[in-house]
Parts: sequence; C-alpha cells; structure tokens
Amino acid sequence: MTLTAVAWTVAGWLVVVGALGIVRSRNLVQTVVALSVAQSGTYVLLIAAGFQRGATVPILGAGGAGSTPVVDPLVQALVLTDIVVSATVTALLLALTVQIAKRHGTVDPDELRALRG
Amino acid sequence: MTGADVGRVDVVAPLAVTGPVLLACLVLVIGRWAPRPVVDALALVGAAALACCGGLLVAATSPGDAVTWLGGWAPAPGTHPVGIALVADPAAGLLVLLVGTLAAGGLLFSWRYFASVEARFQALVLLFCAGMTGFVLAGDLFTMLVFFELMGAVAYALAAYKIEEPRSLQGGLTFGVVNSLGAYLALCGVGVLYARTGQLNLAFLGETLAGAPPDGPAVVGVVLVLVGWLVKAAAVPFHFWLADAHAVAPTPVCVLFSGVMAPLGVYGVARVTAVVAPGVGTLAPVLVVVGTVTAVLGTVLCVVQRNLKRLLAYSTIAHVGLFLIGAADGGSRTWLVYLAGHAGVKAALFLLVGVLLARFGSVDEIDLHGAARTGRAPDRLTGALFLLAGLALAGLPPVGAGLGKAALEESVPGVLVPVVVGVSVVTAAAVLRAGLRVFLGVGPRPERRVDPERTSGEGEEREMSGRFERVPTTMLAAPTLLLAAAVVVGTLPLVGRVGAAAGERLADGTAYRASVLGPAHEAVPVEPVAWHLSGVVTGLGTTVAAVVLALVVLLSGRVPARRRRPVRRAVGRIVLGLERLHSGHVGDYVAWLLFGAAVIGIAVAAPTLG
Repeated sequence: MTLTAVAWTVAGWLVVVGALGIVRSRNLVQTVVALSVAQSGTYVLLIAAGFQRGATVPILGAGGAGSTPVVDPLVQALVLTDIVVSATVTALLLALTVQIAKRHGTVDPDELRALRG
Repeated sequence: MTGADVGRVDVVAPLAVTGPVLLACLVLVIGRWAPRPVVDALALVGAAALACCGGLLVAATSPGDAVTWLGGWAPAPGTHPVGIALVADPAAGLLVLLVGTLAAGGLLFSWRYFASVEARFQALVLLFCAGMTGFVLAGDLFTMLVFFELMGAVAYALAAYKIEEPRSLQGGLTFGVVNSLGAYLALCGVGVLYARTGQLNLAFLGETLAGAPPDGPAVVGVVLVLVGWLVKAAAVPFHFWLADAHAVAPTPVCVLFSGVMAPLGVYGVARVTAVVAPGVGTLAPVLVVVGTVTAVLGTVLCVVQRNLKRLLAYSTIAHVGLFLIGAADGGSRTWLVYLAGHAGVKAALFLLVGVLLARFGSVDEIDLHGAARTGRAPDRLTGALFLLAGLALAGLPPVGAGLGKAALEESVPGVLVPVVVGVSVVTAAAVLRAGLRVFLGVGPRPERRVDPERTSGEGEEREMSGRFERVPTTMLAAPTLLLAAAVVVGTLPLVGRVGAAAGERLADGTAYRASVLGPAHEAVPVEPVAWHLSGVVTGLGTTVAAVVLALVVLLSGRVPARRRRPVRRAVGRIVLGLERLHSGHVGDYVAWLLFGAAVIGIAVAAPTLG
C-alpha cells in the first residue's frame, strides 16, 4: 500500500471512529474529545491531499523556490485555520459540559432528560 | 456592468462581512462603561446598516454578478486563483438583507427583554450576522466552510446563552456536537474535491469538473459537502438538533435561527449543486425525496407539540423541507420569495411567544389556556398579531408567505402540490390552535398532566427580572414591524421581481462560472413572482381550511397528549414512536447523521457511478 493510500485510510478511520465514539459515549467529556478525534481525521486528509513524495517543507527563502519541489502550502494553511476553529469549538463545548455537570449533576448523556419529543 | 457598480460592490461586499465583526469588537469594548441604551442603539444601527448593504448589493448586481478578489489577488488570465473571491449576486444580496432585517428585529425586541444583559449578547448577534453574510458571499468552498463554522460556533454560544438553565445547556451542547460533525464531513468533502481538482474556488472547481463525466472522488466530495449543508438546513435525518436548539435559545435568537440560519443550508445546497455538480443527475431527485420527508415529518411533529417554541421549530423544519423541494425541483424562481415571506411571519411568531414568556412565565400551550385573556390592550394586540401571523402561515393573501406558497404550488410538479398545501394548512392549524387556546381560551380547559414523552413549556427561565405587568412598546413593535415586512414582501411587485431573478440566477451555475472566469453572461429577464387569481383562491382556501382544522381540534376537546379513540390508536402509536426517536440524546442524533450521510451517499453515487 502506498503512503498516500495509508494516509487516506487513516483519515477516514479517524472520522468514523470519532463519530462512533460520540454515539457510544457515556461521558460528555469523552463526547467532546471524540469530536476532536473526528476532526483530526480532516487534518490528515488535507495534509495527504497536498503531499508529494520527495518534496520539502513549503518555506521559501527570498530567492524563490529553487529547484526542490515543495509540498502544497495551501492545505497546510487550511489545516491551521481548521485547528483554530477546532480549539474554539472544543473550548466552548467543554465549558458547556462543566456547566452541565453543575446544573444536571451528571455528565452521562443517557441521564440528560430535559429535552424530548 | 459599469465600472461604478463594480466599485460600489468592491466596498459593500467586504463591508457586509467585516463591518459586523468590527462593530462587535467596538460594542464589547464600550459595553464595559457605556449605558445600555447606547450599546443597544449601536448594535441596532449596525444591523439596519447591514440590511442596507444587502439592498445595495441586490441593486448593484441586477445586471450581472460582481466578483471581488480580496486584497487585489485576482488571478491573471489562464492561471489558478490563489486569492479569495467574494461573489455577490442578487440571491446573496437578498439573504444579506434578510439577515440584517431579522437581526434588527431581534435586537429591537431585546431592547427591554433581557434584564441583566451585557454587551456580550449584542456582540454575539453581530458576529453571528458576520458568519451568515460571509457564508452567502464567499466564492470558494473553504471560505464558505470557515464562515459556516463561525456562524456555528457563535450559534452554539447563543443557544446556550442562559447558562444557568439545564435545558438550554443540553440543547446547546447537542446543537454544537451535531453541527460540528456536519461541518467536519463537509471539510472532508472539500479536501477530497481539492485533491481531485486542485481548486477551491467554486467557479474554477465547477469548470474543472464540468469537462468530464462525474467520477468517484468528485461525487463523494460533493455529497460530503452537501451533507454538511443539509445538517445546517435540518433536513431529515439531520434535523434533530433544530427543535432542541430552538426550544432553549433566547427568543430574539430564535428569530435568526429559524428565519435565516436553517434556510442558509438550503442556499448552500442550491449554490454548490448548481455551480459545482451540474453533471450529477441523481442529486435533484434525492434532494426532492429528502425535502418531502422533511416536510412531512416536520408537520406531523409540529402538531403534537405543547411547548410553543418547539411547535414553531418543527414548523420551520417542515418549511425548510419545502424550500429544499423548491430549490431542487423546478421552484428555483419562487423559493426565495417564500423564504423571505416565511422569515417575517415566523420571526413575528417567535417574538410573540417571547412576549408570552415575559408576561406569563411559560411557553406551554396547555398551561397558558386562556391565560392571555386579560382584556388589556397590549395582550389583545399580542393575540391579534399571533392569530394574524398564524393565518399568514396558512397562506393568507397578501402576506409574503402566501405569495411564496402560491408561487411554489404553481412551479413544483403536480405530485408535490399536496405536500406544499398540507404543510401550510396543518402547521398553520397547529399555530392557530395554540393561539386560540392561549389568547381566547377556546375549547374545554385541558387537564394539566406531567408528560414524560414530551418537552413541556414550564420552568423556562424568564429572560428578564420579574413578571412584566406591562409589555414594553419595543417588544410589540418588533413583531409588528416584521409582520409588516412580510406583508411588504407579498405586496411590493419589486420583491417578486428581484426574488424571481435571484432564484433563477442562483440555480444557473453556468452564468455564475462565467461571471468569475469571464466573459460574464448578460442577465436574462425572468418572469416575476406575482399573485394570480388561482393563487389568491387557493391561499384563501388553505387559510379557511387551517382555521376549520384548528377549531375542530379545539372543540373536540382533544389535547395533544391524549388519544382515546381506537381508530386513532394506530396513528397515535406511530406518532408516539416518532416522538420517542427525538430522545434528546446526542449519541442517537449522531448515529442518525451517519446513517443519513450513508443513505444519501449511496442514493446519489450508485446510479451515477454504476
């Protein structure tokens, strides 16, 4: 299996495992972390999309790229943006979890019964 | 297009995105010491200015789309773009106008609503607006996604704004997890499309894919992106979060959630389908099926609710299903008009429920039986507006929702007309039933009972201190103005003309690609959406049907929770089963999301790829 195929498989695996982690979770902290796991799949996927064998890091000196090929810098910018978004969302959801623990007295999603029907 | 127009859009389009962000920062800074009315006025003026920006965009883009490359990063002819484009067309302008109008309505309402509100609330609303305008104006997939996530993150915070209330925490968390996962699936789709084409710009992406018949990566990428947008649109089976989030969010926020945030998902679907995936022939039928199921399920669950906010939320789900049907199958000319009319009416209804919460401390239909029959003028006015909005939802001419409904009926295929009529009649009957019960005390007083299967409307935290003996003028002015705006949508011929042109151009991906890649197509005239005799007659007919249905339900003494007759038992059991699916459990909702994504993926990909 080539490196690219491995990377794509890992990316898909992480997204699915993260999502299934949310389905099976018995603790909201775990739910939020599982969501982050699903998102790390997207990082791997984007990096894999820009990968090139033998290419170097996309840091260009003042003299230009030279003769060595570089990996796609665009996807790396996308991943950085993605990480920022993820940090915000994770922090917000964890803050909500803390507050749920205070107000509901539990962090087990099975025990949250305020909304139904 | 003339140079003057391009110059104007070059300023207005970026301003519509950055303006609210800057204003939000300003509001946060001065909110520490400035008196509350100053902060409120600043935010309100900002929202109104945003609406004006939307109007300017609509006017400037009527001859053709306007493309703005941010920072002057326009691609040289024949090269790949590196910069980010904002593409303004009449549909985007119309939605910016709608965002600004609804935000202004919500902020006007909250002028006296929250007792201890800090500038945080106004800042969050402005950021939320920026996320939505960025989403509609963005010309490339990743920028769309970034604004999608900004809109999402702010929306989670707004939904869980009442952080001391257990319910709103649960609703906010569920909303956050489900929508974030949808966004990550969309991001996977963006990655796959980028790997396949090397493009992120919608027009370049569409141009690259248009050259060949759809292949595996292209179809998978498009489906994943569409699943992300459908989660926001609350299409079945991704809809579970919407009712929970709407039931718990502060009332002024519900206005934006219901009026424009969920429909923006449909906008995203229409845009991406038209520009990127015109070659995937199975998409449209699949979207029509999804829309139909959404409309029917939303209607059924709307009827059985007793929490007024949830009732309205399920009605929104049903209407989003109709918009999806319109956008996917023949209704592209009409659905934006319906969207605008529906937004005004639904926003007014949510705000009137907010007035009830302020006056009586409950949003439960059974609890409030006859409670608002006080004889005071403001309560009478609230009741009159509520019932009028209910009639408008049923399609009463000349309100905008009725115009949109009539036009959609004319433009969708015959088999789908009963769905459009059914949604209008039944959801409006549910609203009228609640209104007649609460404001006029019609029908026998239902017995109070604890209902383990349903969310009641009791125990909702008041959004201001103490009970309001008098309703502040601003609280009644906001729904009145929004309802008046819905009437304007229905009566002003300009709206029908612009809405029709906007919808047609939104569906025309070829023209969109041409305007970005050049040379731009000349905009073709479109038949405006207007009242026809048949539309007026069916509108009156559905209004009467909704009133009759509501009265029959009320006078037969049936409470949503009770089903006595054996004939109804089978139906009742099915409905109860459907209600139990809405368990409030985030794991269940994510399982449905995965299931829905798989089914939609197989349904689209299998016939296309063989």
